[in-house]
Amino acid sequence: MATEKITMPQLGESVTEGTISSWLVKAGDHVNKYDPIAEVMTDKVNAEVPSSFTGLIKEIVVPEGETVAVGELICYVETEAGGANETSTSATEKLESQGASQVQVKSSDQSMKKRYSPAVLRLAQENNIDLEQVTGTGRGGRITRKDIEKVMASGDIPTSNVQVATPVVTEDIQPKASKTVPHAPQPTTQVGDIEIPVTGVRKIIAQNMVRSKTEIPHAWMMVEVDVTDLVNYRNKLKNEFKKNEGYNLTYFAFFVKAVAQALKKFPQLNSTWAGDKIIQRKDINLSIAVAKDQELFVPVIKHADEKSIKGIAREINELALKARTNKLTADDMQGGTFTVNNTGSFGSVQSMGVINHPQAAILQVESIVKKPVIINNMFAARDIVNLCLSLDHRILDGLVCGKFLADVKETLENMNENTVQVY
Amino acid sequence: MPVMSYIQAVTTALREEMQRDEKVFILGEDVGKKGGVFKATEGLYDQFGEYRVLDTPLAESAIAGVGIGAAMYGMRPVAEMQFADFIMPAVNQIISEAARIRYRSNNDWNCPIVIRAPYGGGVHGALYHSQSVEALFANQPGLKIVMPSTPYDVKGLLKAAIRDNDPVLFFEHKRAYRLLKGEVPEEDYVLPIGKADVKREGSDITIITYGLCVHFALQAAEKLAEVGIEAHILDLRTVYPLDKEAIIEAAKKTGKVLLVTEDNKEGSIIGEVAAIIAENCLFDLDAPVMRLAGPDIPSMPYAPTMEKFFMMNPDKIEKAMRELAEF
Repeated sequence: MATEKITMPQLGESVTEGTISSWLVKAGDHVNKYDPIAEVMTDKVNAEVPSSFTGLIKEIVVPEGETVAVGELICYVETEAGGANETSTSATEKLESQGASQVQVKSSDQSMKKRYSPAVLRLAQENNIDLEQVTGTGRGGRITRKDIEKVMASGDIPTSNVQVATPVVTEDIQPKASKTVPHAPQPTTQVGDIEIPVTGVRKIIAQNMVRSKTEIPHAWMMVEVDVTDLVNYRNKLKNEFKKNEGYNLTYFAFFVKAVAQALKKFPQLNSTWAGDKIIQRKDINLSIAVAKDQELFVPVIKHADEKSIKGIAREINELALKARTNKLTADDMQGGTFTVNNTGSFGSVQSMGVINHPQAAILQVESIVKKPVIINNMFAARDIVNLCLSLDHRILDGLVCGKFLADVKETLENMNENTVQVY
Repeated sequence: MPVMSYIQAVTTALREEMQRDEKVFILGEDVGKKGGVFKATEGLYDQFGEYRVLDTPLAESAIAGVGIGAAMYGMRPVAEMQFADFIMPAVNQIISEAARIRYRSNNDWNCPIVIRAPYGGGVHGALYHSQSVEALFANQPGLKIVMPSTPYDVKGLLKAAIRDNDPVLFFEHKRAYRLLKGEVPEEDYVLPIGKADVKREGSDITIITYGLCVHFALQAAEKLAEVGIEAHILDLRTVYPLDKEAIIEAAKKTGKVLLVTEDNKEGSIIGEVAAIIAENCLFDLDAPVMRLAGPDIPSMPYAPTMEKFFMMNPDKIEKAMRELAEF
């Protein structure tokens, strides 16, 4: 019997760490080489980690939800080679293997992790030790008095981290209230309530949203765009396009194209807040939001300004398909500089997007709605769409964003058979 | 330094005390000509004569009563109960008279008697030859109960008991008599009654016990040391009154305490030890106080398998120690 290690794989070039979103096996399970053993999440990509060996899962080292660096040990596999001489193990060896199995129980079972003995609590309080950060060697992961004494002897005492308050956000009217939120008493559940543990992508989404809304002072604008000509043009093309290309020519592709062009003229919106400076991005890489069941992914159309409407439509189709089949890679998600969100696909006519950190703005493309409008003092039935922009008010002001939106509006309103080339 | 057995240490202490003080005399069943059923008084009859080594009738109440009377009149009797199991007829004498007389007479009288009795099992002695009786006497202020674990402690503590001005019950483990050997200084020395003794230093778990179980615990500790578990072993030596300071210190040392006795679990000496720890050591405890004791059944069975089931041994202690260490 040989014990082999499985480590966190490299799931993308710039990826340095991954979070185990769920284990697909447990200690004692038999796995074949290349069998998936865990789901790992990096940034917003889910990937499966294959087993590098055939054997028994001996010990799972990294619990679900924990983030570890690439190359770090995540579990042990006991391979089956050489199992024949097991019968001749001497008594002492048996004792050792017994000890080993007890160690295994220790590290996988964490049920006693938060059961503190009086001695442990007292020492932790007297020395201001954050017990959350202490590894327990006792049964069920219990932190023993010796564990605390070792921590104290090491001199490296993990104190409870004081939250560093980020500079007060202008839009945040009640900073105190928001600060108290994480410490609010746990809501109680009643009979019939369902408790859903927050894990995986949901957890990441939550973290990112909190980060965006607490760090970025959001401001908001909306313009109304008359896309009657675009609708007519697209309706004329769509059946033939689908027949020729095999995928839909969506309105969204036109919007993405218009935004990419406008960003070229207003690079201020294609930027990032970096504390003491603002970084304007040269590349125009548009993140698009793709929803799937309980999850939300934001893959990226790279160099959108250089692509034709057909090229954009194809990429949207590909990314959406990948998201639905869990095939998005870290590379698909990286490098976004601005987000275009197709909220209209949910029927929304107006929404306030949360900026995709660390970008500077997000544009929500709402539903196209037929409306009576006045043109030349006459009523006309027109196809109207709202474009809603959330902007990082540290970087951007109303003036530049107004100009940007006006530009997008103008481009879209002038999209027709004569002005636009799909191919 | 000569090496002698546990029982030789008893005989040596008796001989030396009889030589030192003429008031010291021995009484009991078959202690004289026969030298005792375990040979604890062997040679003393020949050396000191029939008036200092008295063979008595088979009447434990009389052995205790005669001894108590003599003690109150200034003698230093060492009374022997052939087996601790036979002490029951003498309980009234011991508790009602010996233990109470100093208090009852407002210090006018005292009773410097030693009552020796072999206790404990593991010798295929069954019901009447295997019992541990210390708990019966362990809530009687006025009495002292000494239960040594090594030949060295036997000599020093038996001498201290004989010289003590109040009644002392001196319980010797009969299996230890010829099982345990150790170095015993030739010179005269006494060890303090009421003081526990650290028999092994360690930092992982604390074992508090007494008598033969100290020996078993030391054996278990050596095995566990091989896997890196270091046990701290406190030998109570005097089980009544208890050495509270030493118990508290030993318990605080590791915060994980295993208490061991061969006696039935409920109401045993270690229950009181556990209470002392509970009262004084809460914020140093890292695990629930653990008790390892005989089952709560009337007595040590005769069948070897069942005796083994009842009797304490190093394996049982090792298992409990390991469990506590891993907690």
